[in-house]
Amino acid sequence: MILIPCPNCGPRNSSEFTYEGENKERPNAATATKAQWRNYLYLKNNPLGWTTETWYHSSGCKKFLVAERHTMTNEIRSTKALGHQGGAS
Amino acid sequence: MSGAQGSSRGAHRPGEVVDRNRTITFMFNGKKYKGLVGDTIISALTANGVKIVSRSWKYHRRRGVMSGNYHDPNCHFQVNDEPNVRGAHRRLEEGMVVSTQNVSPSLKFDVGAVNQKLSRFLTAGFYYKTFIKPERLWPTYEKVLQRFAGGGKVAATGHHVPADKRYAHPDVLVAGGGPSGMSAALSAADAGSSVLLVEEEYELGGFLRWGTGDELAVAQSLREKVAAHPKITTLTNAVVAGRYDQNWVSVIERGLPVVMESLIKVRTATLIAAPGLIERPYVFEGNDLPGVMLSTAVLRLVNLYAVKPGERAVVFTGNDSGIAAAEALRAVGVDVVQVVDARHGGGLVRATSSRGVLSGVEFSDGSKVLCDLLVVAAGWTAPTTLLNLSGNHPVFDEAGARFVPGPDLDDTVFATGGLVGDGTIDEILAHGAAVGRQASERARNGSVTTVAPAFSPDPHLPLFFGTTKGIVDFSEDVSSKDLLAAAHEGYDSVELLKRYTTATMGPAQGKLETINTVAVLASANGESIEETGTTVWRPPYVPITLGALAGRSYEPVRYSPMQAWHESHGGINIVAGQWMRPEHYGDAAKEVSTVRSGVGIIDVTPLGKFELKGNDVSKLLNLVYVNKWSKLEVGAVRYGVMCGEDGVIFDDGVTGHLSEDRYFMSTTSSGAAGVYAHLESWLQTGFPEWDVTITNVTSAYASINIAGPQSRELLSKLVSDVDLSNEAFPYMNLRTGTIAGVPGCHMWRIGFTGELSFEIHVPAGFGAYVWETLMEHGADFGITPFGLEAQRIMRLEKGHFIVGQDTDGVTQGFSAGIDWLIKLDKDDFIGKPELQWQHDSGAGFRLVGIHPNDPKQVPTEASQIVMDGTIQGRITSSRFSPTLNRSICLGLVVPALAVAGTVVPIRLPNGTIIQGTVMEHHASYDHEGAKLRG
Repeated sequence: MILIPCPNCGPRNSSEFTYEGENKERPNAATATKAQWRNYLYLKNNPLGWTTETWYHSSGCKKFLVAERHTMTNEIRSTKALGHQGGAS
Repeated sequence: MSGAQGSSRGAHRPGEVVDRNRTITFMFNGKKYKGLVGDTIISALTANGVKIVSRSWKYHRRRGVMSGNYHDPNCHFQVNDEPNVRGAHRRLEEGMVVSTQNVSPSLKFDVGAVNQKLSRFLTAGFYYKTFIKPERLWPTYEKVLQRFAGGGKVAATGHHVPADKRYAHPDVLVAGGGPSGMSAALSAADAGSSVLLVEEEYELGGFLRWGTGDELAVAQSLREKVAAHPKITTLTNAVVAGRYDQNWVSVIERGLPVVMESLIKVRTATLIAAPGLIERPYVFEGNDLPGVMLSTAVLRLVNLYAVKPGERAVVFTGNDSGIAAAEALRAVGVDVVQVVDARHGGGLVRATSSRGVLSGVEFSDGSKVLCDLLVVAAGWTAPTTLLNLSGNHPVFDEAGARFVPGPDLDDTVFATGGLVGDGTIDEILAHGAAVGRQASERARNGSVTTVAPAFSPDPHLPLFFGTTKGIVDFSEDVSSKDLLAAAHEGYDSVELLKRYTTATMGPAQGKLETINTVAVLASANGESIEETGTTVWRPPYVPITLGALAGRSYEPVRYSPMQAWHESHGGINIVAGQWMRPEHYGDAAKEVSTVRSGVGIIDVTPLGKFELKGNDVSKLLNLVYVNKWSKLEVGAVRYGVMCGEDGVIFDDGVTGHLSEDRYFMSTTSSGAAGVYAHLESWLQTGFPEWDVTITNVTSAYASINIAGPQSRELLSKLVSDVDLSNEAFPYMNLRTGTIAGVPGCHMWRIGFTGELSFEIHVPAGFGAYVWETLMEHGADFGITPFGLEAQRIMRLEKGHFIVGQDTDGVTQGFSAGIDWLIKLDKDDFIGKPELQWQHDSGAGFRLVGIHPNDPKQVPTEASQIVMDGTIQGRITSSRFSPTLNRSICLGLVVPALAVAGTVVPIRLPNGTIIQGTVMEHHASYDHEGAKLRG
């Protein structure tokens, strides 16, 4: 179980997070071909090395964060919170 | 066995841990024995002269104490209803019922021993070769083989043993409480680190515990310092089972009150592995006879328990441990008739037996000596498990004749003690102290400046096997002959050999047998041990009970504020996701007919509820729902379906517009958490500029659906500030007002049941009060509470689908009959491209209403519709409708069958085929919705 440095909560066990997957640009829904769309839906690059991915701190602050992680060593180089920080909740 | 109980207990030993004044009575294989407080099962049995303690797994050979520690493969017992108890570790308790596993009918006469006679047929790979064909007999083979397997019996009627787990966050974790581990813990703690010290035995001290007077004094002094140090937490009878990424370390605590074992999830900045050394067996003919013991087993039995393991001993040794064992034996009055020190020449040929136990030894000079105890000290194995789990590859130290840690050690993992080298006590303590400081430096400020003194294994004879063949893996009955035969068959890599022969794959998991396996293979291949390499150690280091891994269940159970009322009024509970809710109150069909003719109320508190606030809520609704939301007026509600980007339906519900920038969303009961994450995901990652705040109010409101033709009449008795008339408060609208004096209640005119109904959301604290008030005022109308089952029947009569019941993980929007809802002319929404393509292609199943032709037949849900040998659809929901007095269904069918009037064959689970007719509408009841709008 790796540690993920949450920008809000500090380093927390990965079991507190939901893995959202590699970051992928959403194609334009109006013009996307089937190939482009299904690439977005199903195909992962799954590199051996650095990858940029989103994690959801589902058992914590409930914020989404972007992490750069090395898939072989599980080293996390950087994490950043995403723009929306919710409201008064 | 002769003499009085415990007669083989010798003179007092300085390090003995038994209390001679306190005896314990226990049973072994049906016979009563006495032991002492402090004894292990094995020390007590040995004190009673019991030499044969088990039978081996495969050949059912008689076995006695061998390594005398936790890992001893010969010392597994059934204790009461607990199987596979490690008898050389587990302490004796009053009244323990201990029995030998894997024997039938008894330890003395075991029919399985016939396998021994067949052993030349039961060679390596026997199971693979024999039980392959015919395939249809595999289940039979499995049953037979299971009976031959060696484990104990889990009592099927056994009581549930609770389990627990906890977390720990030390700076430094030290695995192993011998001299090096204690020294490392003390110096790390002195340097300011918090230290968790974990020791597998009941007491700190390691090999010093069965040592000389000086060694005992050192151990005692270290123990006192450790105990007094405020920064050290010590766990004994606990073991580090595994090490994972970033020093996530699993520790198993044993012998706790109530629980059998407890898991500690430790996140430590640095880890010090100080497990010491494990003595390895020597391979020769007769090496598994009862009476053949390793020197450390003898040292433990004599020096900790003052037990005489035999009367007439021979010692074969390649190191000082054998010499120490001989001295210890003499001290308790055992006749040590010969000590053969291999360092000065001389070899062991075979051990001979009489009546199944050791009777003598033959040496390479041809001499034969009669004895009942053969002590063997052949060398050591360094258990590098924790280092392997940190990515380290052990290397073979030829001079020291053992594998040692490789150079590629993770910079947060350290090793000390016997794992690294040999030395005097002072040298061991110095190395431990230096490593402790290093680990503390790394844990606290990152850079290591302390230099550890040089420390490496002393030269040792390469004593792995002699000139005769013997057992290599005692757990699995694999002999050196088997290994040579397998190598000859071509299984000449260590990983292949291991899997083919099962050597190193038994309960000892290689701790005793790996090095000998590798040595035998190396000799077969004519290569060095270094060239042959070793197998990889995997977690866990020792077996762990499943209960410890599972821990305590933290799954919360949720109740509505009205649950106590339900339970005191005959409500029969059903588990619905996290919620416990009433399935019915005795008669679901009667509940249905009461609702259809009068009025009923159902607790729908589990519905997911969110308050959405901000200027951009309608943008979010347009994005996540397949239909349009821009024009939803204040005071109106609308039904919506959410799909994923793959076009698959994942939730549905009703959302209402409370005021200019406030909306109230409801979701399915089980979908609330998923919908929340989904909405937040799009807001945070996709559209951070949108002004929307989502508050989960699922349990802030108690929700009640009041359904039936008389629901308006009932509600109007309790509401004065809202006009409930059809004109003022039409279908698909919401109002906020006061119910039974409770302000701030939301009232929605919607209906899942198909009747005129009001769904009310009242502040949770008033839920039970409003419910009871409704029941009270409804008495005149013959009101009934109704449960989930009645609601499911009525929604099926009405043809409403349930996400997850009538749809599955591949059901796209147009498959669910919501063509009217999906607005492909919207600019964009989640899943739009896939829905557009489904719309264009017409692909996918279609949800239809199906009436079985025999109205009394209710096909089981998930019954398949099979035509021409292929599945053409299935029944997704089915019930007997009390309203229509017939069976009704929803089903997913291929488009060709989704035509009203088509007769489809429904295959029931028992193989019977019944006919059903596809209906024009999903609804079997009030398709036009006149009742809802009334």
